[in-house]
Amino acid sequence: MSIRIYVPKDAAVRSIGADYVALAIEAESAKRGISIDIVRNGTRGALWLEPMVEVETREGRVAYGPVTVSDVDSLFDASFHMGGQHKLSLGLTEDIPWLARQDRVTFARVGVIDPLSLADYQEHGGLVGLRRALTLEQEEIVTEVTQSGLRGRGGAGFPAGIKWRTVMATQSDQKFICCNADEGDSGTFADRMLMEGDPFTLLEGMTIAGLAVGASEGVVYIRSEYPAAYATLNQAIEFARAFGWLGDNVLGSGRAFDIRTRLGGGSYVCGEETAMLESIEGKRGVVRSKPPLPAIFGLFGKPTVINNVLTLATVPAILADGADAYMARGVGRSVGTQVFQLGGNIARGGIVETAFGVTLEELVNDYGSGTLSGLPVRAVQVGGPLGAYLPVSSLNVSMDYESLLAAGGMLGHGGVVVFDESVDMAQQAKFAMEFCAVESCGKCTPCRLGSTRGAETILKIMNGEDVQDNKKLLLDLCEVMTDGSLCAMGGLTPLPVRSAMLHFSEDFDRRARA
Amino acid sequence: MSFTPWSSEAASAVLDTTRDKPGPVLISLQALQNAFGYVPKEAVEMVAKACNVSRADVHGVLTFYHDLRTSPPPRNSVRICVAEACQSVGSQRLVDETERVFGTRMDESNEDVELKSVYCLGNCALGPSAMVNGELIGRSTADALHHLVKAKS
Repeated sequence: MSIRIYVPKDAAVRSIGADYVALAIEAESAKRGISIDIVRNGTRGALWLEPMVEVETREGRVAYGPVTVSDVDSLFDASFHMGGQHKLSLGLTEDIPWLARQDRVTFARVGVIDPLSLADYQEHGGLVGLRRALTLEQEEIVTEVTQSGLRGRGGAGFPAGIKWRTVMATQSDQKFICCNADEGDSGTFADRMLMEGDPFTLLEGMTIAGLAVGASEGVVYIRSEYPAAYATLNQAIEFARAFGWLGDNVLGSGRAFDIRTRLGGGSYVCGEETAMLESIEGKRGVVRSKPPLPAIFGLFGKPTVINNVLTLATVPAILADGADAYMARGVGRSVGTQVFQLGGNIARGGIVETAFGVTLEELVNDYGSGTLSGLPVRAVQVGGPLGAYLPVSSLNVSMDYESLLAAGGMLGHGGVVVFDESVDMAQQAKFAMEFCAVESCGKCTPCRLGSTRGAETILKIMNGEDVQDNKKLLLDLCEVMTDGSLCAMGGLTPLPVRSAMLHFSEDFDRRARA
Repeated sequence: MSFTPWSSEAASAVLDTTRDKPGPVLISLQALQNAFGYVPKEAVEMVAKACNVSRADVHGVLTFYHDLRTSPPPRNSVRICVAEACQSVGSQRLVDETERVFGTRMDESNEDVELKSVYCLGNCALGPSAMVNGELIGRSTADALHHLVKAKS
């Protein structure tokens, strides 16, 4: 029997040479006459150990990493294909402390299975949630999701069950399930990793949502910067159709549900749900005013469930294990787990899925081991480009929706970006405004024009021109943008700006800068 | 990547595959760009007709999305992430050095290569990130990007 060796195919791991490692292992095994079977799995999420190669042994999967092409020869010399010891040995994958202390629910299968194998998927608990959903009434599915306390993982944190109930209760000849996979926030990559590493979970979550609200059509809107995720998901959809899951007769139930994908056009604002709907309809990604809510008047004017990738991908586990098991995790109204993404200047970056309530300190220093550069941490941006910059003194904040709000920030999509002490926070504030100017859809004046004026004003402050007056003007502008913009683009751009001014005021004072 | 030379007959054939889909304007433009590498101005009227919308509507969509281009693509495309996570690990330095190595400026091009900034490639723990002709590169250096472009041409 040939030996199973796992080399991740995730885009991040390929970006640091996984394909070359896989080729080298293949070539070397042929040379030595060793029969192996290479599986290209997703990543376990410990990106600082990637490329991490795993070998299946009787004791379990044994890991080695980070592996480069030049290590392959000595790995074979050490009989790594039998689990032999090598300087890159990490022991049993499931015992690696960084992974072992996590609580994987949404990401339970990512990195474990062959992403496009339906056999692997089912062997690891796949389709259990959907099969159960097929035995339930619509009302019962919605109640289960509501009781689990699952909230929208895209950033807004709106209870998923309540949104579903609205769509279920709205009468229409057609309804849609739209998955927002336009993961544009810098510092976030969980949607991408899930779509590449366990795409069937997303399809299963969407199918359950369709059954729950009475929709027969799903659309996944994926950003064009994720070509690998797009390709993997399309392939998964094909396989699910051939399997008799997607289509006119979902797993023989007589009920219909199918999914198609739409590729974005490189626009950040299309991650805003109503702009996304416009984009799927083929138009400019201009934000709509609400009401009417998309749950009532959504895609092509039909009732539409819009959820983030992680929200929908968590649904199968909730249906499989019950609402109570999910609810048992977390703190206060932030129940369940959150898939945190550690990025930026961090020594040990990657995916940390754990119950809400972990502190930022634990994420940055315990999991992350501080900065990559080795310099002290100065600022942490939580929640993407529209999230607050927090100083080191705030690291004890509990990572849940309410605590972050109270600390003047927001959880967003769970991205954590670390900066060392070389960062210039006035420059970061200016960038926030410039980014908004580039990506604003242009509908609201405070966002469209305010962002450009904001960047100019910060430049004046940096140059020491009328600093006090310009700071006052900037704060005033921030207030107008916050109150006068329809969506989070203009409404939250002031968050990084104001938090930078508040916590790092020395960077906004020319004398202190000099 | 190889593209078909532009012709209105070939464009018509492409539009026949997209015109009847729901919300066809953006996917029509994307399909044209996939086929020809860009969407020439003369395509606007064809798309408008095929999708039964005004030329202004098509122009609006064509100019809204950063991905869509109205001039032929460069031989090589290098996109460098300039968003926060990559900034924190020196994307500005990468930009400066890449501009020097290729002899062109960001968001400009020469006969060989186009340098473009991009906001996030989803590789935020392995930055600074770049994309060379569609291939994602982590822990990028200007020399590595240059090497990849040279290897292709």
